[in-house]
Amino acid sequence: MDDAQAFEQFKQCTVKVLGVSPEQVTMEASFAEDLDADSLDIVELVMELEDSFGIKVEESELEGVNTVGAAYELVKGKLA
Amino acid sequence: MKLAFTDSHPEGIEAPYQVAITGLGVVSSIGTGKEAFWDGLLKSENPSPTRLVEDFDPSNWMSVKEARRADRFNQFGVAAAQLAIDDAGPLEVDPARAGVWMGTGVGGLTTLEGQVLLAHERGPDRVTPFLVPMMMANSNAATISMRFGFTNVCQTTCTACAAGTHAIENAARLIASGRATVMLAGGSEVATTITAQAGFANMTAASTTGISRPFDVDRDGFIMAEAAGVVVLEELGHALARGAHIYAIVAGAGSNADAHHITAPAPHGVGAAVCMELALTDAGITADEVGHINAHGTSTQLNDRSEAEAIEKVFGDRQVPVTSLKGALGHGLGAAGAIEAIGACLTFENNLIPPTANTKNVDPEIHIEVVTGSPRPLPEGVIISNSFGFGGHNGTLVLKRHEG
Repeated sequence: MDDAQAFEQFKQCTVKVLGVSPEQVTMEASFAEDLDADSLDIVELVMELEDSFGIKVEESELEGVNTVGAAYELVKGKLA
Repeated sequence: MKLAFTDSHPEGIEAPYQVAITGLGVVSSIGTGKEAFWDGLLKSENPSPTRLVEDFDPSNWMSVKEARRADRFNQFGVAAAQLAIDDAGPLEVDPARAGVWMGTGVGGLTTLEGQVLLAHERGPDRVTPFLVPMMMANSNAATISMRFGFTNVCQTTCTACAAGTHAIENAARLIASGRATVMLAGGSEVATTITAQAGFANMTAASTTGISRPFDVDRDGFIMAEAAGVVVLEELGHALARGAHIYAIVAGAGSNADAHHITAPAPHGVGAAVCMELALTDAGITADEVGHINAHGTSTQLNDRSEAEAIEKVFGDRQVPVTSLKGALGHGLGAAGAIEAIGACLTFENNLIPPTANTKNVDPEIHIEVVTGSPRPLPEGVIISNSFGFGGHNGTLVLKRHEG
């Protein structure tokens, strides 16, 4: 899976769970400020990403992950 | 409605305010919105073996994200509340004087059942963080209060198939006693999961022939429906001042318990009879002033027989036309009382009693005047609407015309 494919998949998960438009899912977008996502939304998004990418994200790893870019880097780092 | 019963006023002290119904919102298998709903109620038959709202699209009522966070019963209730608010017109009410009181039998059962399977099949860490807010029975009232910003009383009544009626009663009392000016009240239910259907079927309460025919000699149980109904209750003076359309006045209500059995009604409908009498006393009227009875009439052997006996006990030899809307609607459980109260409002509006759909041969053991076949002109008088829930919960509303 190349980088563009992976981000597209990430974007689809985010659109599905947060009910935002694909254009809103940019690297700079803040979950709280730009995507209206609270902590429960983030938990659900992580579960969706885990399923979609076949990965496991520990709760401790989410510390400080406030933007789409940071979350995507976290996911990408787990792809073999 | 009466405010209190005291030693010096055993007949009851009249509440300071009257309660008007000024908005109707309904989601049902025979139609969403009051017009389609009424058209569906006038049909003499509904042969469908299910009562699901196949065409319900939550995106008509809420954002994609809100819909994902709301169980289907909550989506239904929100849609009914929005329809009721739209129907009532601009309420011009201080949000601190407006509240919500909903009823449901079980709450977010669809979500719970799905998540139980998920937890067992894929492990507890797959359970959605929204499980609790989606399944809890009070989620619908909470969502409605948030949607409209209403900060007065916001509660949920959970009395099985009487919940919708009790919710309207409880909300009406808040207005009658001056604690609130406007209340959104009603019931919502989506409990048509495979497990709940099996529960009702295995207790032989559900119809095996797939026909809901209340009071018929061949009745063999109810058909479970998904539905929601919400009414706007409003202090009469407030409603008049803003020129609102008034469907009916909630003149009184009764609530009591059989204290007999967890599913079977008390023998000869003794609890139901007392409930109707309590409601008439609350309205300050006698049985002679009732023109029509909107029955609970589920199409089960036990309910229909005991309800008919209760009606006979209260009304004696006088034959009052009785209809059960469950022939058309099926049994909406916690929503039933609310959608049937809406049916009663529309009965006033159209001066017509809808027939008890599908009923052809009234049980010879049942000695009440059941309206079947085609609609019948509505006689003078008030309408009473009954609901009885598993657990022995009884509820009756007394609705009268606003003579203005």
